[in-house]
Formats: sequence, structure tokens, C-alpha cells
Amino acid sequence: MCTTCGCSEGETKIDGHEIGDRPRFSYAPKAKKVTAVTAAEAEKHGLPPISHSHAPGVPQSRRVQIEQDILAKNDAYARENRAFLTGRRVFALNLVSSPGSGKTTLLVKTIEALKGKAAVAVIEGDQQTSQDAERIRATGAPAIQINTGKGCHLDAHMVGHAIHQIDPAERSLLMIENVGNLVCPAAFDLGEAHKVVVLSVTEGEDKPIKYPDMFRAASLMLLNKCDLLPHLDFDVELAIDYARRVNPAIEVIRVSAKTGEGMGDWLAWLERGSAKG
Amino acid sequence: MHEMSLAEGILQLLEDAARREGFGKVRTVFLEIGRLSSVQPEAMAFCFDAVVRGSLAEGARLEIIDVPGTGHCLDCGRDTELDEVYDPCQHCGAVPVQVTGGTVMRVKELDVE
Ligand SMILES: Nc1nc2c(ncn2[C@@H]2O[C@H](COP(=O)(O)OP(=O)(O)O)[C@@H](O)[C@H]2O)c(=O)[nH]1
Ligand SMILES: [Mg+2]
Ligand SMILES: [Zn+2]
Ligand SMILES: [Zn+2]
Repeated sequence: MCTTCGCSEGETKIDGHEIGDRPRFSYAPKAKKVTAVTAAEAEKHGLPPISHSHAPGVPQSRRVQIEQDILAKNDAYARENRAFLTGRRVFALNLVSSPGSGKTTLLVKTIEALKGKAAVAVIEGDQQTSQDAERIRATGAPAIQINTGKGCHLDAHMVGHAIHQIDPAERSLLMIENVGNLVCPAAFDLGEAHKVVVLSVTEGEDKPIKYPDMFRAASLMLLNKCDLLPHLDFDVELAIDYARRVNPAIEVIRVSAKTGEGMGDWLAWLERGSAKG
Repeated sequence: MHEMSLAEGILQLLEDAARREGFGKVRTVFLEIGRLSSVQPEAMAFCFDAVVRGSLAEGARLEIIDVPGTGHCLDCGRDTELDEVYDPCQHCGAVPVQVTGGTVMRVKELDVE
């Protein structure tokens, strides 16, 4: 159990430890007003009548107004993370994609390119193993591995713990590599400045319309593995067209983590974003 | 599965509300699900039943309130219905349409005892 916020996170582990082993920056959830409605009040508010069962032994039911988003709790943690990160002027990105599209490889290349220019810290999310965090640490950058167990996405609470632990420097870059999954991570705000979706050219052009939520949530699409285009039938323009259909504002950069193609544009995008923060 | 983590979110909300409001059992959960929210009502109902087993909401009825997708066309200025976020305007065929409603996933109210 978490000593600071009282959470118990089931299977989630950060660098192999249960999430509560280490403290998190303090978080006091803001209680939302919930109004219990009596029959008289219900009538006044035009709500459906409350059924009264006065049969002996059958407990009476009452109606409780909630009006809370399912993700309200996550969103509260995300706001907390965002406040902390922007307070430190940390530019945080949430990298999302299907498994194997090249997120970790891109991160390694990005860190190498930024060596001596910008501090980068990484939070890695995977269901199991710390291999990706080790790949990052091999570059010399600090990395923390979150293992979600059966969980298929990172949430703002576990990321908050990891942020506290990695303690990112003022004006640094924080890259959060989400669990490879184009569905759930779209719904879970982590407190990042932007979601960046990586689509590799070995996947279908139609991923953006098959998983519209993710492409709608992202500010930037990195079209990765462009070095492979000569060997494939992948239609780049069609993929971009689909992405813009679900998100007219999405920016697109074609890259190859392998050959370094497009990396200059990506680094420039990062620099512009950090400067704004 | 997406709906599984959302069902867990619902259970958390119920447990928090129970502490604040002092109820011990949930009979019915009224849940608003927008058509553009990418939640499948059937999958949600299935996951909800599984997640609440052994909790204060075991056996509770899940009432899903369907919220239609709506948008505003920036071309012709009219409001339009949407089944997908990237649907064209039903009046003039323009894309994209600005989404104005139907992405909600909200616990509206509860019947409790
Ligand atoms: N040809 C090619 N392969 C790449 C590129 N980027 C990544 N890969 C390969 O794709 C595989 C998955 O990459 P990884 O970074 O682990 O993907 P992740 O699951 O998104 O983190 C690895 O074998 C990489 O070497 C690229 O730009 N071109
Ligand atoms: Mg990876
Ligand atoms: Zn905690
Ligand atoms: Zn129109």
C-alpha cells in the first residue's frame, strides 16, 4: 500500500517495487459535491420518482446524484502531474503506438542526438520486463520502468509515482513510453503536454480510422520506419489523409529511427515545444 | 480490454461515493455512454458484472443511457449527427465536423440502500 496517498495498486510495479514502497508527492483528492435526493427533492428537480418499498425487511432505496466522469479520478491525478511538470518547466510527452512500431528505438536515438544539449528522462511502461528501461539507461539517461502486469495502459496515478521518483530536472524533457496499445492509452491523461502517436509503415495505412480516438488525442504523428518504404506498398499520403480525417490539426513527421531520416524535424519539433513550456 | 479498466474506474467512483454518502449497497448504476466514446455497451455491461463481484455493487443493474454523437459543421454552420468522429456533415458533406457531444462516459446517478 502507498504510504502517502493510501493507494494499493495491485500488480503495478515501478522498477520492480510495489508502487507504495516509495512516497509520491502529496495529492489530496478534491471531494466532489454529491447530493442525496429525497423523494420530495427528486420531484422538485423533475427526476424520476423514487420507488418506496415499505415491505418489512426490504431496505428502502434512495437516489444519489453523482455526475462524475468515469475517468474523474485519473484526470485529477493527471492535473496534479501536469501542475508539477509545468511548474518545473518540464516538457512531457506521452508516446503511444501499437507494440513494435519503434518507440524505444526512437527514444534511444533522440537521447543520443540531444546529448549535451538537453536533459532527457524516460518513464517506460510495459506489462512485463525492464528491458526498455535498460535500453534507455544504456544511453546514460535516467529511466524508470513501470510494469502494469495485466494492465494495458499507464494511468496518471502510477505515472505520478514514477515522476516523483525520477525527479526530472528543471527545463528537461520527460518522455513517457506508454504500453503498446492503440486503444486505452487514448483515454488516460497522464499530465503530459502532448500525446505523440508513432505509426510505423509496416502497419496498415488505415490505423488512424481503425483507432480514431488515439489519433484524435495526439498532437503529432511520427511515421516511423520510412527506410522500409521502398520494400512496401504502404501509401504515405493515404495514411496522412486518414489521420487528418480524424484529427485535422495533427502534425506529421516522417522518420526512420534506423537511418536518422527526419530526425532533424522531430528534434526541431521538440525544441519548439520545450520553448513554449 | 478497454472496458475492463473503465469498469474499474466506475467501481472506484462507487466506493468513494459510498464513503461520502454512507450507503452500503448499490442497486442500480445509471451510466451515460456517448456513441463517440468508443465504449461498447455490451462489453461494458459484461465487464461491469465481472468487476463488481464481491463489492458493494455485486448484482447491481447497469442502466446505460445512450448519448448520440453530435457535431457542428464549420462549412455550413449547421449542427449534424455523427456515428463516427470523422463522419461528414449530413447537410453539406463537408469534413471535418467539430465534435460537440457524444464523447461522454459518466456515472450520472445511483440507486442505493
Ligand atoms: N527498419 C526499421 N526498423 C525499426 C525502426 N525503428 C524501430 N525498428 C525496429 O522495430 C522493432 C521494434 O522497435 P521498438 O523500439 O522495440 O518498438 P516499441 O515496441 O514501439 O518500443 C525493433 O526490432 C527495432 O529495431 C526503423 O525506423 N526502421
Ligand atoms: Mg518499447
Ligand atoms: Zn499511491
Ligand atoms: Zn455542413
